Amino acid sequence: MPNMIVCVKQIADPEAPPGSFKVDEAAKQVLPAAGVSQVVSPFDEQAVEAALRIKDAQGGKITVLSLGKNFVMDVIKKPLSMGADEMILLQDPAFEGSDSHTTAYALAMAIKKVGEYDLIFCGRQAADWDAGQVGSGIAEILGIPAITPAKNVELVNGNVKVERVVTDGYEVIEASTPLLIMVSNELGEPRYPKLKGIMAAAKKEVPTWNAQDIGADAAKLGAGGARAKVHKLFIPVKEGKCEIIEGENPEDAAVNLALKLRER
Amino acid sequence: MTLELLGGGRKLADKLGEELSVVLMGVSLGDLGKEAIAFGADKAYIVDDALLKDYQTDAYVAVMEKVVKQVSPSILLFGTTSMGRDLAPRLAFRLDTAVSMDCVELDIDPDSKLLLQTRPVYGGNARAVYICENTRPQMAAVRAKALDPLERDDARKGEVTSIEAGLDPSIIRTKVVDTVKEEVTGIKLEDADIIVTGGRGIGGAEGFQELEPLAKALGAAIGATRPPCDNGWVPASLQVGLTGKIVSPTLYIAVALSGSSQHIAGCSGSKNIVAINKDPEANIFKEARFGVVGDYKKVLPAFTEKVKELLG
Ligand SMILES: Cc1cc2nc3c(=O)[nH]c(=O)nc-3n(C[C@H](O)[C@H](O)[C@H](O)COP(=O)(O)OP(=O)(O)OC[C@H]3O[C@@H](n4cnc5c(N)ncnc54)[C@H](O)[C@@H]3O)c2cc1C
Ligand SMILES: Nc1ncnc2c1ncn2[C@@H]1O[C@H](COP(=O)(O)O)[C@@H](O)[C@H]1O
Repeated sequence: MPNMIVCVKQIADPEAPPGSFKVDEAAKQVLPAAGVSQVVSPFDEQAVEAALRIKDAQGGKITVLSLGKNFVMDVIKKPLSMGADEMILLQDPAFEGSDSHTTAYALAMAIKKVGEYDLIFCGRQAADWDAGQVGSGIAEILGIPAITPAKNVELVNGNVKVERVVTDGYEVIEASTPLLIMVSNELGEPRYPKLKGIMAAAKKEVPTWNAQDIGADAAKLGAGGARAKVHKLFIPVKEGKCEIIEGENPEDAAVNLALKLRER
Repeated sequence: MTLELLGGGRKLADKLGEELSVVLMGVSLGDLGKEAIAFGADKAYIVDDALLKDYQTDAYVAVMEKVVKQVSPSILLFGTTSMGRDLAPRLAFRLDTAVSMDCVELDIDPDSKLLLQTRPVYGGNARAVYICENTRPQMAAVRAKALDPLERDDARKGEVTSIEAGLDPSIIRTKVVDTVKEEVTGIKLEDADIIVTGGRGIGGAEGFQELEPLAKALGAAIGATRPPCDNGWVPASLQVGLTGKIVSPTLYIAVALSGSSQHIAGCSGSKNIVAINKDPEANIFKEARFGVVGDYKKVLPAFTEKVKELLG
């Protein structure tokens, strides 16, 4: 039965109204917006779903890893309530100021500590910085192949069959384990947690590991180990001058719109 | 995409006073090296090998690692294509350097001479300019249509060099066993000058059929936001947005979609956005040039009739 690991990130709800979004340009940081809740990054929920479908089909164990801070336990435990078996949180001031490299390094070190794995699942990109790299990075560090973005994953006689989304369709790719897969929304909706799952998850102990626990080299962590640097962060200005075409009724407005467009 | 990278790369190379090289990988590449030179390259490196027929991560990363060691570029550019999305991050980790994916703008900082890599973040709500100070090459994957190709100039001189792939087939750990095309009839989204896009408010597959007459009359392609794709009302390949197609038509007619940042990230390059939405507060009216507030079921047929009349 496969041992599976899923990496999930806690982020601010990416579907919050764009108007609520603010940045501190000088500090090059995103400001927390009032009333915007924390969620598991959506593609990561799909990554959990991909692992659960394999578990449904042939059993196995799913361990979830998340690196971050200010974890909201009800939020970050969602993969457990969906049906994952274990969860480990990675939290340490040493991780702060991470880029894709240092995040991938820390996660890879934690995966090595977890030990056995056949399949590792990530999201295609975290819906905050939309970097789309950490999965490839973990795979490179662990020396295993990776496939992105995936819309279907099956385990057939110990071999993995992955449908990879390409511009106008998909490729069917075969690989052996261990393999890392970055999951995309085409996989389909993640399942809703059931009440029983939520209650079990609430009771579940979730250990936290720090940099030392995972045996990480401090020089490769956080801001010090980062290779990419944010030089500037800003909200693009919008012209925002929409002309609302009026009319006696919707049909009439539609006709006026057609006339207006013809003028141009 | 390669032509766009050559055009954009040429500008950067000129600003730095450096050479622009292109790496072409595949099988039976023929005269592509000369082509690349006509479109702006100083040097073309050709890696022609049967093992490079399909894109496979392990093979392409290994070849690029070899080429980078040989050529030592200060900057390495990719397209954010199906291939680039997979190849660029993996190669960056192998070379122990950083890459910025999905860049919309590239420039050279006049003081530091570093590559300024501008990309949308937070679903398009913000833009970040990244730099890579200490490791080389500086890598960026660029979104389609962000860079302009140059005019072809067959008089341009350059040097074409072959590089042996030298691949050991056993390093390739994945195998493409099938490629499934999800053909879309009619005009392709990426090429369309006019696009009619439906959102969740369309309500179903039948609703999308109501967009057809308008699209037909205008010679437009049909697009969709993510929910209609996820719900199976339309094929996934019609998705426009951050994680779908990036389009920049002259006219973009947005019907019954709210204008989420992730959707706008894919169509903000449109010259004119027209919105039809029943909610006057919908964010799409902040993006649009013209808008009609109303139920699309009422607005669309009348609009379509008038358009036909005006064009007919
Ligand atoms: C990381 C990430 C990536 C994403 N990538 C993409 C992407 O690439 N593309 C994409 O589109 N989305 C993407 N999304 C999803 C995105 O956040 C939104 O959920 C999605 O775009 C909303 O689609 P919509 O506007 O059609 O639906 P809604 O937001 O539900 O809007 C429906 C609109 O229709 C209007 N309406 C309803 N009925 C009618 C009617 N009868 N007549 C007129 N108007 C009507 C409503 O007023 C409303 O404004 C992504 C999300 C994340 C987190
Ligand atoms: N801090 C994190 N903790 C756990 N997983 C992460 C973290 N950051 C990124 N990932 C995983 O890597 C994927 C790609 O992230 P990114 O490269 O940051 O866009 C995400 O979808 C997650 O699966």
